[in-house]
Amino acid sequence: MNQADLLEKAPVFQLKGSMLALTILELSSNDLDALAIQLTEKVEQAPQFFQNTPIILALDKCTDDTKPLDLERLLTICREHGLSTMAIRSDRPADLTAAKALNIAVIPPSDARERPLAIAPAAETPAEPSLIPARVITHPVRSGQQIYAKNSDLIVMAAVSAGAELLADGNIHVYGPLRGRALAGINGNREARIFCQQLGAELLSIAGQYKVAEDLRRDPAWGKASQTCLNEEQLEISEL
Amino acid sequence: MSKILVVTSGKGGVGKTTTSAAIGTGLALRGHRTVIVDFDVGLRNLDLIMGCERRVVYDFVNVINGEATLNQALIKDKRIENLYILAASQTRDKDALTLEGVEKIITELAEQFEYVICDSPAGIEKGAHLAMYLADAAIVVTNPEVSSVRDSDRMLGLLSSKSKRAEEGREPVSEHLLLTRYSPERVARGEMLSVEDVEEILSIEMIGVIPESQAVLKASNQGVPVILDEESDAGQAYSDAVDRLLGKEVPHRFLEVQKKGFLQRMFGGKE
Ligand SMILES: Nc1ncnc2c1ncn2[C@@H]1O[C@H](COP(=O)(O)OP(=O)(O)OP(=O)(O)O)[C@@H](O)[C@H]1O
Ligand SMILES: [Mg+2]
Repeated sequence: MNQADLLEKAPVFQLKGSMLALTILELSSNDLDALAIQLTEKVEQAPQFFQNTPIILALDKCTDDTKPLDLERLLTICREHGLSTMAIRSDRPADLTAAKALNIAVIPPSDARERPLAIAPAAETPAEPSLIPARVITHPVRSGQQIYAKNSDLIVMAAVSAGAELLADGNIHVYGPLRGRALAGINGNREARIFCQQLGAELLSIAGQYKVAEDLRRDPAWGKASQTCLNEEQLEISEL
Repeated sequence: MSKILVVTSGKGGVGKTTTSAAIGTGLALRGHRTVIVDFDVGLRNLDLIMGCERRVVYDFVNVINGEATLNQALIKDKRIENLYILAASQTRDKDALTLEGVEKIITELAEQFEYVICDSPAGIEKGAHLAMYLADAAIVVTNPEVSSVRDSDRMLGLLSSKSKRAEEGREPVSEHLLLTRYSPERVARGEMLSVEDVEEILSIEMIGVIPESQAVLKASNQGVPVILDEESDAGQAYSDAVDRLLGKEVPHRFLEVQKKGFLQRMFGGKE
């Protein structure tokens, strides 16, 4: 292929402007021993962050001039901790010379706003518990019917008949007479509670601890608005 | 617009057939073209209470099986215009009814009649389900005792979950409560639940309270729906219930203990 042929080829590249979100490692001291130790700590906390992550090394805020900065060693420390340096940012002549020798790009200092990165520790990143809306029932729950609120609260805005059964992994609220069975926290949630406007239940249970009508009838809250919660291994019923 | 109305209860022997006959007759008396369908296959007695048992040739099952046409099987009431009966089979068992068969016949009836009254068998099994499946409205018949009320509650639950309307997510079956065999004396003695008790437990609208009455037995022995006995308390109470079903506001009667008449006071012992 001769020169003319090559010249006639369609363009094989384009230059494009872009604003990449980049991480900046801003050094405030030339003390590389301290940096190595502190980086090791960070990597332990959040290993997922330090995986060949491209960074800009900002040296322009490094006011410590007591000893010269060993750029080559700095780059090595960064690489060993999973940080891949794309460029340095500095206008100190010594840094520029060192960068040139190491064949690393230099960008000038800028006044652009930068905010500290919060690197979430890996071990302690439980997913934020998302809200599961309560199951709301507006019609009477009749004998023979069973209603289960999976992973949520159950709210019944009508009467619950004898022979009906309410089940919830969360709390149970009954805005009407509760004459059937109500089992809250059936997944073992001991914090679950049962609220009702008129206690006439055949059975109340929280996280497997229960009371049957025979016991409930003797409770002062029988027939009244009440709340039931679990105290140690005992259901505790109180008037509202 | 026709209306399919089921008379149901869960518990047996509470007065469904008596009620179906009375309400159906009452609607026809008020000029509405009405048919009463006996769903109690194997235990038919609607025809007895309506006094047409000797005129039954074909029944519901015959029509479903294509052994007779609907018009051959419909029995016209001798006393009242606009009133027809479709009898149940005495010789078949409950399995003779199928959902497809029932749906076809009831839909056909709904084209001809303003009111299709379905007299349900007892229980909550197949027969009762078929009777209520297509209903637009339900009369839940209850006696003032705990077990009957519990069964009615159960039935109301099934109406709101197992009816065609519920399955299709349409407007729910409208529910009416009919309390029958009510005896104010026994309520006063604490032997029976009161109207208020029953209303509170079931929390639906009360369409009628029918007193315990000798007139019912007399009427059924004569094959005359008790609503035609206009002198009787039960007949009048059913008549009020029909008016309420048609949207009239009528006060409830026969809820209080009757004052004893002179002769009763003389011979009835002291109260
Ligand atoms: N108001 C009343 N007063 C006195 N007796 C009544 C009254 N209503 C119904 N009965 C009697 O109760 C009995 C049962 O009535 P009926 O046959 O109407 O009940 P049902 O619910 O249709 O029974 P099944 O469940 O067997 O179909 C009959 O003997 C009837 O005469
Ligand atoms: Mg019957």
